[in-house]
Parts: sequence; structure tokens; C-alpha cells
Amino acid sequence: MSASLERGLNAFREVMDAPIASFFNSCVHCGLCADACLFHTETGDPKYTPIHKLEPLRKLWKREYTVLGKLASLVGLGETVSDVELEEWSPLVYDSCTLCGRCTLVCPVGNDITYMIRKMREGMAAAGHAPAGLVEASRRTIELGSPMGIKLKAFMAQVHGQEEETGIEIPVDKAGTDYLVIMSSMEILGYPEYLGSLARIFRQAGISWTVSSEAFEATNSGIQIGVSDIARQIVSRVVDAAEQLGVKYVISPECGHAFSALRWEGPNLIGRPYKFEVVHVLELLDQLRKDGRLKTEGKTDKALTLHDPCQIVRRGGIVAEPRNLVNMVASDFREMEDPGMYNWCCGGGGGVSAITGAEELRFKVFRIKKRQIEGTGAGTMVTACANCRNVLEEGLEHYKMDTRMIGITELVAEHLKQEDAS
Amino acid sequence: MSDMALLLWARGPGLQIALTVFIIGMLLKLFEIFSLGRKKDLSTPRPGKAWSGWKTIFSRSLPDRTLLKRTFPTYLMGYTFHIGFFIALLFFAPHIELFRKTVGLGWPALPTTLVDGVTLLSIVALLLMLGYRLYHPVKRFLSTFDDYASWALTMAPLLSGYLAVHHLLLPYTLMLAIHILSVELLLVFMPFTKLFHTVSLFISRWYNGDALGHKGARL
Ligand code: SF4
Ligand code: SF4
Repeated sequence: MSASLERGLNAFREVMDAPIASFFNSCVHCGLCADACLFHTETGDPKYTPIHKLEPLRKLWKREYTVLGKLASLVGLGETVSDVELEEWSPLVYDSCTLCGRCTLVCPVGNDITYMIRKMREGMAAAGHAPAGLVEASRRTIELGSPMGIKLKAFMAQVHGQEEETGIEIPVDKAGTDYLVIMSSMEILGYPEYLGSLARIFRQAGISWTVSSEAFEATNSGIQIGVSDIARQIVSRVVDAAEQLGVKYVISPECGHAFSALRWEGPNLIGRPYKFEVVHVLELLDQLRKDGRLKTEGKTDKALTLHDPCQIVRRGGIVAEPRNLVNMVASDFREMEDPGMYNWCCGGGGGVSAITGAEELRFKVFRIKKRQIEGTGAGTMVTACANCRNVLEEGLEHYKMDTRMIGITELVAEHLKQEDAS
Repeated sequence: MSDMALLLWARGPGLQIALTVFIIGMLLKLFEIFSLGRKKDLSTPRPGKAWSGWKTIFSRSLPDRTLLKRTFPTYLMGYTFHIGFFIALLFFAPHIELFRKTVGLGWPALPTTLVDGVTLLSIVALLLMLGYRLYHPVKRFLSTFDDYASWALTMAPLLSGYLAVHHLLLPYTLMLAIHILSVELLLVFMPFTKLFHTVSLFISRWYNGDALGHKGARL
């Protein structure tokens, strides 16, 4: 057995816990999870059935964690996991799973398949079978401190750009403020107006905030690829900066996976609860709205629809907030079919958008999103995740659709009450 | 061995053996699962969702709205079979009589004709499920020996019970003996096949719901 395979299997053993054992025990092979997964519904290929993506992990469980399996292996029977098999499974565990969580919602026996795939990635990465795109992102994280290779200079350039754009000073490394704003890599690179929008909203609401020159980016490729050390490193940077600055809250970027990483996985990675709270920017904006501190005027009468980022609704519990905000500034908001909890993934979450080899498949499964969008007849789609947005824009482009996209924070900022905002 | 001797064996030593294997097997499987433990989640939960695990145990019995429109046959057959099976098991007068004698607990039975019809429906649903498993690309792809064996183990008591009640195919005593033996076989294999889902699904649903509830996700 090769060293890398052994490392991979050891990582499998490490993640094995009571929930996973219970899930494998419970599966009745009904196949319902396949109908919840866009990679199956759009390709029709049974190999994309969510539970099937876990076959190698299941084999190891069967062999080493069940009485019958142990007995069988004693007499030389039972299935083993090979390196070739792990390699074969890489496109199933990475390219064709966005960790969207739909399968987890529908399995009649209650299997949290998404959780298992996330865990299985740890073994895949340890065995050297993570896709090149994600390996690159992780390498950049280690070497440059950023999955997309963003340096402080580039971030500061965006900060200054937005200061000029809005005429508002953006505080950097200001200790003792209430809020620390972190962005996602994609926001920094592609949608810096998010920061300007926040600056305008926060000025109106009278919020004391800062950005950090130490931790400005929350995108966690360590979690997407399944390497806890890297994941911990990325989270620690944010935690250290926040605790040094003494902020009460860290505002997670719109990006759902960054939110999940910071909000749910982070404390478990560093082994203790934080000394601050993590709030998602939509939760904060909606709270400001409720408190009457977010004042807008006018409503667009353009037909709008909303794409729910998986990690924010299904695995984050933020469903009503974006709707409240959109309804505040739009008079013709149209829900897609299967909205909210059940919304379909953009196809690029969970690191998939960083896997170049997965692009063709990603466009293929985008068809479900296309149908959803077309079903609403809306010309503009709002979303709350820069990564989703980028993936959606590529999909729209690929299918030559003329749907316009806008981030929800920008949409709200566009309608800020003038005397407060100008 | 005469039919009567077989029946007596099934009712006596056979049942003892089956129950012993069943209980030890179940305990073993539960130990297998729980001994692995679960790491404590250190992230701060969203408030007000402490009951999510328990709630999911029940709520996951309802069909998923968005899936219903995609895969109606699976749901229809699944519900028909499961409901029918439990009605036959729990509301057939002779079964209740048996429970009363062995565990001292009884409850009113449903009319025999009703139980009869429901059992037949359940058998038909199970037959269709097998056909669907062989026909449906995903189900066929996922299926292993376990799936077919579990199917047979489930079908045997239903079918033999039905035939015994109607005095069909074989002499009543023999058919009844076969019926009881088939139940015993089902008990023996339950912990070691996918039939174990009858127990583990509660554990799985709890873990799933608890994790989702922790994050404040709606269930
Ligand atoms: S939906 Fe659940 S029980 Fe059915 S095949 Fe998928 S994992 Fe197994
Ligand atoms: S998490 Fe989403 S993409 Fe991954 S297997 Fe489940 S349904 Fe498919």
C-alpha cells in the first residue's frame, strides 16, 4: 500500500464518527437523493447519486467499523479501497458536489450526505486526489496567504478606490470598533463595490467598523479541499485580527462558504469558541432595517428574482432576511420555483468553481438554474454571494441569457435615503 | 418432521433463538455506532433550535414537497408498503393476541377484512418496488445483494401470512409454521442487513436535524 493511500485511509478513519456510521447503516438505496442533486437531475447519470459519491468511505467503514466486516476481513473477504479507486472517485467527490446540502434535506432516513462528502474530502486530499485547481488555491493560501493570491496592496487599492468612489473614509485597523468587515476573495477581485456599499449603509446607520490589513479575506480553500491545517490557518488569521482589534462582531462576507467556514467550522478548527460573534452581512442589514437604522427610498419597478446561496439558506438558516431587504427596495419581486430552503445551487459552490476541469459539467448543470430564472420572467437576478454571482454570470454568458445580476448589498445601497447617503 | 412438530418448534425454540440473535445483534450494532462518538460542536448554536433533532425524527416521515413532483412512484410505493406492513403487524387480531400473551400488552384490532385488504396492497406495493428497483436506472445502479435479500426477507412473512389466513397453497398448519419461521428469519437478519434502518433511521434523523438546527436552518 502506498504511503499516500495510507494517509488517505487514516484521514478516513479520523473522520469516522457515530453520525457517519449511522448514516451508512441507514441507507436503503431508495435513490431519492439522486433527484435532489443537480448533477444527477441535469445529466441523468446514476453515478452522480449523492450516496454513491461516498462508496470508498463506506467500504472502509464496512470493513473496519462493523462486526461482520471485521469478520470478513479476517478470513480475507470483503472489499478494500485502492488508490486507483480513490483517484476514480475524485471527480465525484469534488467536481460534481458543491456541498449544496439538498440531498441532506430529502433523504427519508435522514442521512446528512453533505456532511459525509465534506468529511470524505479530508481523506481524498490526504491521499493526493484533490483536483489541481483546489490544490493550487491551497498552495497560494500557504505561500501568499490568499487562495486567489490577493496581496495586501491589491486589497488596499480596492479600499482606496471605494473611498474615492463614495467619498467616505474606510477605517483600516481601527481598534475598539464594534464591527470588523471581512470580504471574500471574489468580492475583493471582482466586486469591490460591495465594500463601498457597506461604507454608505454603515455611515447612515451610524455603525463603528473597520477592515483589517491582517485579515481581509475569509474564503477558505482549506475547507473546500478538505485540509484542516490550512483551514485552521485561514480562520486563525481572522480570529487573531478580530481579537487583537477587540471588535464585538465580525461581519462575514456574503459568500456562503466563507460564512460556513467562519461561523460553523472555525471554532471547531481552532478548538475553542470565539471572543466575538460572527454575523452574516444579511443578518446585520436586516437587523438594521428592523431597528429603523437602514432607511431607503423609492422602489425599483423592474422585475427581480433572487438566487439563494446554498450555504446561506440551507446550511445557514438565512431565508427571510434577503427577502425582507429585496422587498424593501423592489416592487416586483418574483420567487423562483423551489425558492429558499430548496433553491438550486449555482453549480460552483464548495470549491467547484476553482476546478478548471469541471467547467463543462458546471455549465451542463447550470440548466436547472436557467430554467428557474426563465420561469420567473425577471430580467434581473439578485444574489448574496460573490462566488455564486461570478458562477451565475458565467452561466448566463454561456447560455447567452441577458439576465442582469446585482449583489443584494449594492441593491440596498442604491436606494439609500439621499439626505443621509449622498 | 410433521407440520405440527415444525409449528411447535417455530413457536418454541425457534422463536427463542431468533429473539436472542435479534437482541444481541441489535445491541452490537448500536454499540458499533455509538462507540464512535461525536465531537462536540464548539460553534455557538443559533438560539431556539434545541429540539431540531427530535423534530426531524418525525418531520422526515413526511414527503419532501419538491421531490414529490419528481419522484412520485417511489413515495407512493414506499408509503403503501410501510403503512400496510405496520397495520398487518400491529392491528391483526391474532398478532395482538400474541402480544398480549407474551408482553402483556394489547390494543383493539382492526376488522379482519380491512387488515386483509391492506396486506394485499402492501404485497402489491412490495412487488412493484422490486420491479421499480430493477427498472429504475439509479435504484438498479445502487442495488446490492443486501437489497434483494432484504426484499425477500420482508416479502416472506407478508406473503406467508396472507396465504395462511386464506388457507391457500399449503395446509394451514404448515403455512403458519412457515409464516412464523419467516418472521424469525427476518428478526435474525434485521441487525445485519439494510433492514437495520428500522432502528438506525431514528439515530440518523436525529443527528441530521440536530446539525441543521444548530445552524438555524429550517427543517
Ligand atoms: S436518499 Fe438516503 S436512503 Fe435513499 S439512497 Fe440516498 S442516502 Fe440512501
Ligand atoms: S451536496 Fe448538493 S451537489 Fe453535493 S451530492 Fe448533495 S445534492 Fe449533490
